[in-house]
Amino acid sequence: MKFGIVVSEGPYTHQASDSAYNFAKAALENGHEVPRVFFYHDGVNVGTRLSIPPQDERNIQKQWSALAGEHNVDLVICIAAAQRRGLLDEKEATRQGKDANNIAEGFRISGLGQLIEMGIQTDRLITFGD
Amino acid sequence: MEDNIKKFLYVNRKAPYGTIYALEALEVVLIGAAFDQDVSLAFLDDGVFQLVKGQNTDGIGVKNFSPTFRALGDYEVTKFYVEKESLEERGLTADDLQEIMYEDEDDDYAEKPSIRLVNRAEMADMMAEQDVVLSF
Repeated sequence: MKFGIVVSEGPYTHQASDSAYNFAKAALENGHEVPRVFFYHDGVNVGTRLSIPPQDERNIQKQWSALAGEHNVDLVICIAAAQRRGLLDEKEATRQGKDANNIAEGFRISGLGQLIEMGIQTDRLITFGD
Repeated sequence: MEDNIKKFLYVNRKAPYGTIYALEALEVVLIGAAFDQDVSLAFLDDGVFQLVKGQNTDGIGVKNFSPTFRALGDYEVTKFYVEKESLEERGLTADDLQEIMYEDEDDDYAEKPSIRLVNRAEMADMMAEQDVVLSF
């Protein structure tokens, strides 16, 4: 089965991004497809490479980046939600005249259309949120 | 994409201000309208407050986005399911909600109300018919 996943709460504060990761990993390991994960609301904060959790804790961003690398999962961060919260890739930083970017490997910033498209193209859309 | 139309439901369960969920849900609805899907909105729990008329946000420094709901008819978003029990539990009636109309192109562009009051059981039945449910 083809699953689309939405993450709509921020990392560490809320379990949503952990549960979504565990679900995606289990689905992929059991032969299902997870073509895309869409990060919305505070969920966009999963995609910053500047977070530094304590070493004896999981690193949520790195977990997702590794999963994306292994299974070719498209990790999409909503551009409108990202701009409000200071999540930028190199192109957006340049376009907005900002002096830095912070997007992590395996993530990309794109529009809400990617969420709708994911809903159309997958068999099930599952939201991990509050 | 025309041959792949799905039933999309946006579930609005939170008050319009205090958190960003309602505003960012509306942003998804607006973008989603360009995809020519079969769209419905549900308002339940505190989400019914999103449709209350006469909203004034001057005191909290946040944009009042409630007029945008009245524009959704132009994007063919014309099905607003509002749960009766949620209204009643909050001391609200249909008269407290803003008037949201759309022009029915299949009926000589007659103006019709977008808001449909449903009870909890009817809301559940409507949800069960959907292909994609996005909850906010």
